[in-house]
Amino acid sequence: MTEGTARLSIRSVARAFGATRALASVDLEARAGEVHAVVGENGAGKSTLMKILAGAITPDAGEIALDGVPFRPRSPLEARAAGVAIVSQELALCLHMTVAENVTLGREPSQFGVVDRAEVTRIARAALRDVGRAELPLDARVGDLPIAEQQLVEIARALAGDCRVLILDEPTSSLGRGDVEQLFDRVRQLKARGVTILYISHFLEEVRTIGDRFTVLRDGATSATGEVADVSDADIVRAMAGRPASALFVRGERKRGEAILTLDGLAGLAKPSRASLVLHRGEVLGIAGLVGAGRTEMLRAIFGLDAIARGTVRVKSWSGAAKPPVRLAQGVGLLSEDRKAEGLALSMSIADNVTLSHLEGLGPWRFVLPSRQDAAASKWMGELAIKARDAEQAVVDLSGGNQQKVALARLLHHDVDVALLDEPTRGIDVASKQQIYALISRLAASGKAILLVSSYLPELLGVCDRIAVMCRGVLGEAKDAGEWTEHALLEEATGVAGERAS
Amino acid sequence: MRGLTRRAWFGPLVALVCVYAVFAILRPDTFARASNLVTMARQTVVVAIAAVGATLVIVHGGIDLSVGSGVALATVVIASLLKSGHGPIAASLAGIAVLGATGLLTGAIVTRLKIAPFIVTLGSMSILRGVAKGVADEQKIDVDPHGLDALLAVPEHGALPYGVWIAVAIAVFFAAVLRYTRFGRHVFAVGSNEATARLCGVEVDRVRIAVYGIAGLLAGVAGVMEFSTLTVGDPTDSIGLELEVIAAVVIGGASLSGGEGTIAGSMVGALLMTVIKTGGTHLGLPNWVQEIVTGAIILAAVAIDRARKSRAR
Repeated sequence: MTEGTARLSIRSVARAFGATRALASVDLEARAGEVHAVVGENGAGKSTLMKILAGAITPDAGEIALDGVPFRPRSPLEARAAGVAIVSQELALCLHMTVAENVTLGREPSQFGVVDRAEVTRIARAALRDVGRAELPLDARVGDLPIAEQQLVEIARALAGDCRVLILDEPTSSLGRGDVEQLFDRVRQLKARGVTILYISHFLEEVRTIGDRFTVLRDGATSATGEVADVSDADIVRAMAGRPASALFVRGERKRGEAILTLDGLAGLAKPSRASLVLHRGEVLGIAGLVGAGRTEMLRAIFGLDAIARGTVRVKSWSGAAKPPVRLAQGVGLLSEDRKAEGLALSMSIADNVTLSHLEGLGPWRFVLPSRQDAAASKWMGELAIKARDAEQAVVDLSGGNQQKVALARLLHHDVDVALLDEPTRGIDVASKQQIYALISRLAASGKAILLVSSYLPELLGVCDRIAVMCRGVLGEAKDAGEWTEHALLEEATGVAGERAS
Repeated sequence: MRGLTRRAWFGPLVALVCVYAVFAILRPDTFARASNLVTMARQTVVVAIAAVGATLVIVHGGIDLSVGSGVALATVVIASLLKSGHGPIAASLAGIAVLGATGLLTGAIVTRLKIAPFIVTLGSMSILRGVAKGVADEQKIDVDPHGLDALLAVPEHGALPYGVWIAVAIAVFFAAVLRYTRFGRHVFAVGSNEATARLCGVEVDRVRIAVYGIAGLLAGVAGVMEFSTLTVGDPTDSIGLELEVIAAVVIGGASLSGGEGTIAGSMVGALLMTVIKTGGTHLGLPNWVQEIVTGAIILAAVAIDRARKSRAR
């Protein structure tokens, strides 16, 4: 093999799901012993590409070669046998089983079906040594370990085979600061051993710290590739967005009204530990922070889904804790970050989903007439440009963006005064994003109050009037969006700013 | 000692000992006699053997509601074969084989047609009961047991009947299979996280089919034991047995969502239910009180198990 032959070479790979073209044409080349960062907005096609490499789905067109040999895995098993392993964001571990069992799962050394426990121990021990955690107890239940160590167990499992390409999908999303440093050390060790690492992230800081080269995906195609050292963050952002960031965001005339939601020292059972804020009518207040900082938990506590340990929540003139039905009656609505598992009843129709929280007035007495449900839903489908056959169509058939708009339509149908939006644009296409930003802006202009939790910093900076940062359960002071930069938000979110101040 | 208390079956075992002690103190002259232990062991055999299979099924994330119907069908098959002149061993093996085949079929339907096992076995519960009634022409088949009744009869010298030893051997064998074989690890992996198991190259469908096949075979063996006590083929026998079997497994610390459970725990669960029944009878408690107590024990066992786990976390 000549010098310069790529370890992994992807040419014109395409893949469609029904009418949605997830990948149009992706090219990527990664060399042995390099950390190749793959960046792109949500919905740019990163996860589809990784699923193809991991053998979970097959491409419709294009070529992939591994060390010059065509690579077309039809199952995760084939991909792993060829030396490509993925450590996904949602860890794929058997939580009930031990560390050693997880590391050797699927290829337990055995004789006549009886597992050779000494060999299991040896393999697991060696794999854990490779990730620098030789001291992890092999017989500990994986479910009892902290997330960072679970992740290392999964990396160890990937390495237990002959791993040539290791895919790390948003590996730091659930890790604390110290764990991130440790992870980077492991990645550097693996790199030194000649393993190719595809590192997926939307944190440009991480790309800069750990990446050698990068590839940017946009709308299912490669939009830039090169050496990390040769480009600026702005170049990468431009390649990701494909347009000046501001065009995406819409901001109408807003007039700040009276306070409508006040938190004073709010603490949940685990998280958040201290959150105070005042949200006014006609205002979009953004909450930044790392995944796991306690932002979702704060929204859930406000909405009454989680218990409140200390502190007060005040909505309009009502003070104190309340369950979700009461909150809805008070005009508070929550958009869940997990629309599939929590936000929507997937098997039910658009009409049912939109009207679920507010079935009053859809018929005489307490009756609910399907025709009135349809009419109510159709109105919002037009307004939000929800693409569907009709209001009777099951939500499960819709694309992610349209599903999210259905979930938002529920809040609109309910006519909430306070909208708690948790990652409202996660995993949806750019066009839908833009429509959702426009909607948020319209709501604020009409005097509604919006609390927006997002991990996508340009979105927070582009949409919000004020932004506060949550770090390890503590909510910082809300400042005007103009006073923040992405860098400052990240520093605050990662606790760097606090460390420097103290 | 600390390792012992962390075992899932430890709690149920403590409960078993306590419940036994209470009855023994209340009725020292009848309940505490050695002969009563033998009786209780005999009465547990059918549930225990079926519970071994059900443990595999529940640990791998499934459920089997057809056990009671299956056991009834097995007694009918055995009785009618004995009646038509076949030997006791041939008849028993045929009964076991029929249920093994229905188990494989269940597994095939669950994996190929992708129907939830609850639904599949709800269907086969009715189908097997119907087949049993059809084969038996809707009546009991009276027949000379040809020595099969000896399986659960107390031998002359007063030791445990052969059937009890067979149940113990089955339990020990499958406990070892679950713990020490690739297949056993894969059963746990499928129940714990099916997607992960598939990712790691576990043949998930094959594991499923094998588990239901084994559970079927064991239901067949339980059917042989049931025939040994009944000495007739009875198509209306063992109604509700499946729930007793599931209860034994759950009391033993298994999780209905899969990934957790031990044979030892299930055996303790089966014994616990027999002790309550027998003790209740010795105390002269009416049947309905026994049923309430059994239900309360099931709820308590699961509640305690949950508390234990959330504290460990």
